Amino acid sequence: MFLIRCPYCGERDISDFVCGGEAHIARPTDSETMEDADWASYVFVRTNPKGVHAERWNHLAGCRRWFNVLRNTATDDILTVYRIGVVRPDVKANLPPTPSGEASIGSGNDGAKVMAPGEGGSSA
Amino acid sequence: MSKQPYRLASGGLVDRTRTLDFSFGRRKLSGHPGDTLASALLANGVHLVARSFKYHRPRGIFGAGAEDPAGLVEIAEDRTRSDPNTRATEQELFNGLNARPQNCWPTLSLDFGAVNDLLAPFIPAGFYYKTFKGWPGWMTFEPAIRRAAGLGRASSEPDPDNYESVNRHCDVLVVGGGPAGLMATLAAARVGARVILAEETAELGGTLLARDPNLLTIDRKSPVAWVAGVREELEALPEATILTRTTAFGYYSHNLIGLWERVTDHISPEARPERLPRQRLYRVRAKEVVLASGSLERPLVFHENDRPGIMLASAVRTYMHRYGVLPGKRIVVATNNDSGWDAALDMARAGGEVAAVVDLRTEMAQEHLAEAAKRGIAIYGNATVVGTTGRLRLSSIAVCPQAGGRPVEVECDLLAVAGGWVPNVALFAQSRGKLRYDQQLEAFRPGRSWQHERSAGAANGFFGMAECFAEGARAGAEAARAAGFEPRPLAIPTVPASGQIGQGPIRIIPELPSRRPKHKVRAFIDLQDDVTTKDLSLAVKEGYRSVELAKRYTTAGMGTDQGKVANMNAFAFLASARGESIPAIGTTTFRQPYKPVTFAALAGQHVGDLLAPRRTTPMHEWHRGQNAIFEPVGDWLRARAYPRPGESFHEAVQRESKAARVSVGVLDASTLGKIDVRGPDSRELLNRVYTNAWSRLAPGRARYGLMLGEDGMVMDDGVTACLADDHFHMTTTTGGAARVLSKLEDYLQTEWPALKVYLTSVTEEWAVVSLCGPECHKLVGELCDGLDSNPEKFEFMSFRDAEVSGVPVRVFRISFTGELSYEINIKSTYGLWLWERTMELGKKYGITPYGTEAMHLLRAEKGFVIVGQETDGTVTPIDLGYAGMVKKQGDFIGRRSLFRADTAREDRRQLVGLLTGEPAIVLMEGSQVIGTEAESQPPVTMLGHVTSSYFSPNLGRSIALALVSRGRSRIGERLWVSRRDGAPIPVTVAGTDFLAAGSAANA
Repeated sequence: MFLIRCPYCGERDISDFVCGGEAHIARPTDSETMEDADWASYVFVRTNPKGVHAERWNHLAGCRRWFNVLRNTATDDILTVYRIGVVRPDVKANLPPTPSGEASIGSGNDGAKVMAPGEGGSSA
Repeated sequence: MSKQPYRLASGGLVDRTRTLDFSFGRRKLSGHPGDTLASALLANGVHLVARSFKYHRPRGIFGAGAEDPAGLVEIAEDRTRSDPNTRATEQELFNGLNARPQNCWPTLSLDFGAVNDLLAPFIPAGFYYKTFKGWPGWMTFEPAIRRAAGLGRASSEPDPDNYESVNRHCDVLVVGGGPAGLMATLAAARVGARVILAEETAELGGTLLARDPNLLTIDRKSPVAWVAGVREELEALPEATILTRTTAFGYYSHNLIGLWERVTDHISPEARPERLPRQRLYRVRAKEVVLASGSLERPLVFHENDRPGIMLASAVRTYMHRYGVLPGKRIVVATNNDSGWDAALDMARAGGEVAAVVDLRTEMAQEHLAEAAKRGIAIYGNATVVGTTGRLRLSSIAVCPQAGGRPVEVECDLLAVAGGWVPNVALFAQSRGKLRYDQQLEAFRPGRSWQHERSAGAANGFFGMAECFAEGARAGAEAARAAGFEPRPLAIPTVPASGQIGQGPIRIIPELPSRRPKHKVRAFIDLQDDVTTKDLSLAVKEGYRSVELAKRYTTAGMGTDQGKVANMNAFAFLASARGESIPAIGTTTFRQPYKPVTFAALAGQHVGDLLAPRRTTPMHEWHRGQNAIFEPVGDWLRARAYPRPGESFHEAVQRESKAARVSVGVLDASTLGKIDVRGPDSRELLNRVYTNAWSRLAPGRARYGLMLGEDGMVMDDGVTACLADDHFHMTTTTGGAARVLSKLEDYLQTEWPALKVYLTSVTEEWAVVSLCGPECHKLVGELCDGLDSNPEKFEFMSFRDAEVSGVPVRVFRISFTGELSYEINIKSTYGLWLWERTMELGKKYGITPYGTEAMHLLRAEKGFVIVGQETDGTVTPIDLGYAGMVKKQGDFIGRRSLFRADTAREDRRQLVGLLTGEPAIVLMEGSQVIGTEAESQPPVTMLGHVTSSYFSPNLGRSIALALVSRGRSRIGERLWVSRRDGAPIPVTVAGTDFLAAGSAANA
């Protein structure tokens, strides 16, 4: 349910877009001489970080252009968008306490749902 | 007309001058406009409305709104419109409303299912998990259990009503039209912000409507008058929208909020305006949100606390002041805070006989004690309720000092329970805000926000009326400022001093003391799902200590009410059972939706034909005129066969397939994906995306190509023609057109931006009439002017430009059937005309239209593959036997993967033909191919599977294509195809071109 700012059209609802997975994975030009494992890693292996992730998005129901998005997967903040061919910008992201703030027992993110005593913050 | 014995003489928003008749089960009752079903039932003295989920215990009306856990009924208007599991507290009354009790048989008061209640000791938490393990298992008993435990039944007829979905954007969305929400709306709307105010009930005002107007004045006006003034002001502001009967049910990422409006549910069906949808779903993208969703009252947890006649004190006040109903004659109030006393005194003032107030606390407010004494109300301090009586309706309670001693029996028909207030933080938590445990309130309240929202008023833990007004004004101004407006100070309405009081000191006891042995206490936490303290204790004992696990194990809070009033008590009880603090055990997850939303509203207009866009060809009407059978292919609707009168589908396919090889067959091939590829680097692009080479394809010629994914698996195929050196006409599969275009665009934009190529989808530009059969060149020649269709002159895999009566056409000599075949492409506006003309001219050749099924059969006779039928994303061109189409030099998408160890494996499944020993037997597509005559004990080694299977009328026998391990080296070998019932069918492995093999055999 994100809002994504297409660098060509402006801010649109996520339903306009499709995600094309991890960005900055260039197609090898020397595949002929590559080891199987290296080629397989190009085809199949992707990172899945908690934190800043560079993703390819396509404005399919709009200008149909591809562009890159830096998204904080821990917070779903879209940190920046930039065009294909542009070097990945260096952005700082606010990461929730790691590894993930879960309670020591039980399932789910209990620790993330309730503030610990003394944890700051107000309702505004 | 019934007398409505519990209706107060005055007060409330109901219109006593008009009477509405309704029925509940077999009872004919009456109420007034402004009533809910619940208030009207209570006015008639009906408390018992439902049976509980598990034990079938009698359930009454417990709350007054969305929080009511168990007062679920079925609203049955007619056979097609029946709404099960409708909360009586939320269904507005209309004339002729027909409500029915559910989950009971034969009647609500005599329910045989209640035998479960006697068996309760044997149905503890996790009963089903523990009992239905192993053979014969859950599956055997499930149907019976589902029948016994369950709620209402939905209509199985199509929904006759219309629903609407709406997208809205606003500066500020305010959730809740109570004191805080109204002030927030005013604060933001007055400075010009676009504001949407969503109020769940029919009227604005919230708690203001549940207070005695003789005691609460707002700016010296009655609450109703003050609210009306606010409404009037807001309605005059062009950017303010008030949505009543609208629930904010979900808070999603980036401030997307789902609203659900019941537009006409409150009107009797015959009077519902045709032009209005029944319900609307709004997707609101709000810059800022104010959550003024109020608070929920907690029940008290004591033995037998679930009888009809036991209600939340706040609900009683709502029924009194909003609906003019006092739901009991002789009343006891049990409380642990000051608001219970307010409620008790309210009831006494309204003329109720308040027999007693039971307070769990030792310290009580002097003014309350004095007032109660003056009114002759018995006061039990530091006391508790230890039991209740009354089979279908409360008749008495037993009160006992907490320290112990002899219980006192107090006769009463209404017990109002006031267990303290819990901020309604559901939306806040859904928005990913962090909750904070407030030691004073002994409840969770909003802690740290995650999205652009703020909570106000009771939802934020402020329960005094003056506080709520101030909170709302603050939150509204804050939201307006954050949305880019300059808020102005807002005068806070003045309320009398009594309005300042919130709940005061509170004493939470997770389970009230009882004189009974622990295992005999039935103190309910969740009234809908029949979860008792005993169940939760058992969960903790058995190790389900986490609040999330205990919830799932006992189903506490898992009913259709999502435990709105139950959850806080469940957390408190779990914490005490574990000997830990509540913040240490945490909460369960608040998920969307806040309350059940109808599927119809979620579906909106996307039902029936509007579910998905349906594409049809220019010739569609002709196909319809022939009563063709259609099938969806991608987004397209294609004619599958054209059965003649009295002919079965199978017979039609056989006839059509035969005709295409002996006379002339015609197929509507317009749906084929078509992409116009243009630019100086077009040839290079084709070289990189197809497995074969395109450098030498001359203008006027066409070539079949296979497209792979980078994983080396076949993704699409089609014929591409060279129009000019820098201009190609690419075709794709019908279903793959969009995917192929997107993929090519992707590579052009991201991997090969240097290539000068432009892609345009031209699928809809062209209608395609595909002719097939030994005689078809004659027909093509007659149709097209200036075209020598003689197959000797007009080479296979080439195309010519021509005209049909002056209309330009492009004729391809290509074939998907192995038969002589021409495809005439024409501007789609002429498609139907060309088709009809072809049919007319083709009469003398016995022209026969054939559908997609015959097309599939014809190509299978020739051994041509269909991407998606012979392939499933794990099949390489080599597996298909198309190694010859893989060029030796030059890269293309997926090339490197063809040399990976796994794709180069020798035992991969390869496409072969299968011929059954008995020619009449047609194998079932998807069947497994095995290597032994008898199916051994599992696991059986599976060699492959059947991908296509038909009875071929041209060969007079069944044929099948299959992917079989090492298939090509097994030609002539005997294998077996397993089937569900019967011995495996013997088959002989053959080549894929049955037609060639057939003619060779006949020659």
